[in-house]
Amino acid sequence: MLRLEGIHAGYGPTTILHDVSLEVKRGEVVTIVGANGAGKTTTLRTIAGLIQPTEGRIFFEDRDITSMPAHEVVDLGITLIPEGRQLFADMTVEENLLMGAYRREARSRQAETLEHVLSLFPRVRERLSQSAGSLSGGEQQMVAIARGMMARPSILMFDEPSLGLAPIIVQQVFEVIEAITSTGTTVLIVEQNVFNTLKASDRGYVLENGEIVLSDTSESLLTNDHVRQAYLGI
Amino acid sequence: METFLQVLVSGLMLGALFAIVSVGLTLIFGIVKVVNFAHGEFLMLGMYLVYLFTTKLGIHPLLTSVIVAPLLFVAGVVTQRFIIQPLMSARDDHIQIFATVGLSTALINLALLLFGADIANTPSSGLRTPITFGPVRVLLGQLVILAVSIMLVIGLQAFLKRTQTGRAIRAVAQNRAAAQLMGINVNRIYMLTFGIGAACVGLAASMVAPLYPTSPNIGTYFVLTAFVVVVLGGLGSLTGAFAGAMIIGLIDSFAGFYIGSDVREVVVFGVFLLILILKPSGLFSNRLSLSHVSP
Repeated sequence: MLRLEGIHAGYGPTTILHDVSLEVKRGEVVTIVGANGAGKTTTLRTIAGLIQPTEGRIFFEDRDITSMPAHEVVDLGITLIPEGRQLFADMTVEENLLMGAYRREARSRQAETLEHVLSLFPRVRERLSQSAGSLSGGEQQMVAIARGMMARPSILMFDEPSLGLAPIIVQQVFEVIEAITSTGTTVLIVEQNVFNTLKASDRGYVLENGEIVLSDTSESLLTNDHVRQAYLGI
Repeated sequence: METFLQVLVSGLMLGALFAIVSVGLTLIFGIVKVVNFAHGEFLMLGMYLVYLFTTKLGIHPLLTSVIVAPLLFVAGVVTQRFIIQPLMSARDDHIQIFATVGLSTALINLALLLFGADIANTPSSGLRTPITFGPVRVLLGQLVILAVSIMLVIGLQAFLKRTQTGRAIRAVAQNRAAAQLMGINVNRIYMLTFGIGAACVGLAASMVAPLYPTSPNIGTYFVLTAFVVVVLGGLGSLTGAFAGAMIIGLIDSFAGFYIGSDVREVVVFGVFLLILILKPSGLFSNRLSLSHVSP
């Protein structure tokens, strides 16, 4: 469904990703594991079209989307829930969710999607008329995930969904992610919480210094010595 | 007392005039984050268009808004697309400001070339008819400006709050990257916003031209006050700009009458400086939060 071939990308003169290739098949949940600064966020931002790769190709359903601008990538059904939530702080929660359904395919069914999404997030429903900036970090993360789902994406990308949240909230975030993946939605996720994320996913890639050094099923990665030492602290 | 009332009402009428000229400026600043120094020249162009449509085609000045506002919309879109957008990636934001200053000078000279330095008088077509409410006397055209400026602010607020496109405009202003992730074409939103801002001043031109003589420099006269109004109201706030315009109109009117007409501007800008020092974010909260930037 989504395929990266030999991607080099970065910011200005700084190259962060070196020859990154990875694939996500329809219905799969794929994790990218890596330390801070390894290039996980850069990978997702490159797929989303926020960064243009200097080399390599990105394909979505066999269509070349390498140099497509971000707003067109969204129109194809690729949605990124960015690191740090990035809500529209001075708009209401409801307005944030409606913005999530901006892409053409989602707009006509926005009322129906909103009802479905709110059934998953009862807390968000209570906050609909509040401004997004007034919510707690955990609530904001829920709104960010709900906003991403409003796009009815074919593939949903999570960038560090549990970053900076209290442990009890982290658990809720993972419950939500599991609820989403159990419906068969294709997911690509980047998380510092390696153990929980691998548990919830089918396959994983290990990214170190901008290069993929390992790729395997999540089960194997969880028992892999290198992964256990470097990321699980075992 | 009667004089006081007249000065008060004259101040409000003047405020409405400033408001209708300032709305587009604050919209563009709040969303595109560009201080458009050519805003006054857009007004000047609009006023010449009104002059041409009324004198050559005999259209009523108020009706010319149906043509002038869309023409100015196009001018705004073209300015954003071909002057501002290529400079958006420039390292220094000030380059965009210099570009609009350049555009302003170019437009003034274009007007000098096309129309000469002489004043062009648009027929008032009944808009200078005085209307009296007891002791107070206003011009019909001034009442039109007041009504239209109120409707414009209410209409724009409703557009920004209730429509998907309006919400997209606010989303872009608040968090540009997140807006892109929603599938919003940011460049298109900027063009649309610049177009709407210019169309607002085109609408203003149809109301202003019958009351004020048009000349190539007329824009400078209005826009200086418009900048004061926009800063006073809190940059990017529509209701703030409206309230700011009313305050400036009243100060101008009262200072002109009770202190002396030659010190009006001294008082207006004195108050302006005072407010900048005491409350630099402007007097009013940013209701629509157009200029808020999320971290």
